[in-house]
Amino acid sequence: MASSKSLPPSQESIEAGGGLINRRWLMKSGLAIGTFGLTAGAARAEQIGVPEWSSTPGKGMSGYGQPSPFESDVSRPALKLFTDGIADESGVSFTPLEKLAGTMTPNGLFFERHHSGIPEIDPAKHKFAIHGLVKRRLVFSVENLLRYPMVTRTCFIECAGNSLFNSLAEPQQRSAGEIHGLIGNAEWTGVPLALLLEEAGVDVEAKWLHVEGADAAKMSRSVPLKQALAGDAIIALYQNGERLRPEQGYPMRLVLPGWQGNMCVKWLRRIKLVTKPLHTKDETSKYTLLQKDGKARQFTFEMGVKSVITAPSPGVTPSGKGLYQVSGLAWSGGGRITRVEISADGGTSWADAHINPGSGPQALARFRLPWLWDGSPRTLMSRATDETGSVQPTREAWYRPFAAGQLFHQNAIQAWAVAANGEVRNVYA
Amino acid sequence: MFMPRTLIRIAVVASILIALPVNAQDLGQQVTEDDLALWDLTTESNGTGLPPGSGTARTGQSVWSENCAACHGAKADGGPAGSLVGGIGSLTSAAPVKTVGSYWPYATSLFDYVRRAMPYQDPGSLSDDELYAVVAYILNRNEIIDDDAVMNAKSLKDVKMPNRNGFVSYWPSPLKN
Repeated sequence: MASSKSLPPSQESIEAGGGLINRRWLMKSGLAIGTFGLTAGAARAEQIGVPEWSSTPGKGMSGYGQPSPFESDVSRPALKLFTDGIADESGVSFTPLEKLAGTMTPNGLFFERHHSGIPEIDPAKHKFAIHGLVKRRLVFSVENLLRYPMVTRTCFIECAGNSLFNSLAEPQQRSAGEIHGLIGNAEWTGVPLALLLEEAGVDVEAKWLHVEGADAAKMSRSVPLKQALAGDAIIALYQNGERLRPEQGYPMRLVLPGWQGNMCVKWLRRIKLVTKPLHTKDETSKYTLLQKDGKARQFTFEMGVKSVITAPSPGVTPSGKGLYQVSGLAWSGGGRITRVEISADGGTSWADAHINPGSGPQALARFRLPWLWDGSPRTLMSRATDETGSVQPTREAWYRPFAAGQLFHQNAIQAWAVAANGEVRNVYA
Repeated sequence: MFMPRTLIRIAVVASILIALPVNAQDLGQQVTEDDLALWDLTTESNGTGLPPGSGTARTGQSVWSENCAACHGAKADGGPAGSLVGGIGSLTSAAPVKTVGSYWPYATSLFDYVRRAMPYQDPGSLSDDELYAVVAYILNRNEIIDDDAVMNAKSLKDVKMPNRNGFVSYWPSPLKN
């Protein structure tokens, strides 16, 4: 409950070891704080001149606005999965989490995972079929789908292989986005899948959907019918207000809030109602979790509760001791984020972060907490809890049941070691 | 006590309809399964969906060399896109090796994947006979079937993959994952 306007904050505002301060203190203090990644401002301002942009008219309007050229470093780092020249277009690119604020992912920065590149689909020629165990086999054009009642829902889509680098034996020195950025959060608008299934008339023996894309890989997954009906499944046509980008499945994709991104099939062309799962390549050889006992978990659809501190993080560094705002993202396929704790002493003590209000279930939540860094080496961690009571595990606890190299559904606590010189490194702690 | 599935479904759809400002449009165009034949690549583990045709590992050798070897190696045991052979029995070791032979539970899944997505540069270009042959070749390289074992819609589903019982379904979830 400090009201002092000078540092350091009073003892009762210290919430946990390593300089974590009560989440309500900063707003009351009115103090300026350090900015990660920038050198400290000059102590005394020089005389302020008139910049050229204030002396001449600027540019005119544009058809589709672009970010400032000064933000050209904010882009998706790509990762090829094979030798150069082999299936180059079938890799991933990461949402640069550490370069963004708030909770929404801009469409041009939303992560990508393609299994046979991005098809260039003419919406006038695209068809979407529902068939199999239904009373009426139906084909929809994009034009017709756009005439259906729609719903809007904000949720994340996370690749089941997100954070895979933290499954490796040695911690990789990559940015927060390059480790945890196979996730994006968006407002999706489209037709409830249940509406179209109702129109087709589902047979009673149907239990699963075989969902398939129109890309050259014809990416396909089995989805339980029960979830498609009860779990807010959407045939999404719009992302953040505009039509889907080609790399996100234009003209339509399936969105299953909180479930593996791989199941949110892009370039959706077909759903067949069947009695049993198909055991496709992407639900057997991939996206299954091999345990130490040699058995593999299959159909682990829901993404676990997770969080990551984006500031500070590798490349987003404090510029000297002082007051900073620790900030990051938390999410869970199980529902709303109800609690995020932060530790600045490697997990010995924890303080509750402030969660920005307004994030719904299966959506990214932004958390923040003031941190008074004394300039000594510190290990920062965040630990999220969701409304079902699931708590983000330590890396050791997460890995315990799994075979070496198991990398799917990696939702362990991320530790960042801040060195005395401000450098931030990925560590296993 | 027990609510029939259809009732639940009706209730769910009804709640969506009530919540939305207008009713469903019924704009879907009715088609037959035959109309969708070129698209319907769904292959079930009981063999449903497998096409007519057949092939052996012996005939599959040339299909492999022409279409697959560049990425997966001359004998399917390594290349820029990885090996499809070996690792059988390694899943409980300290360094598990996951391949078609050691990990995939169903031979039908292999057929399904090759048919829908391979060869990478030209998926859909192999005839059904060539598909059976190249699938036979991969199974044979893993020593799961003999050189002259004929793979067709009936025999493929009966192939006993080494890791057939290696998977535990988490739907509905036995544990929170």
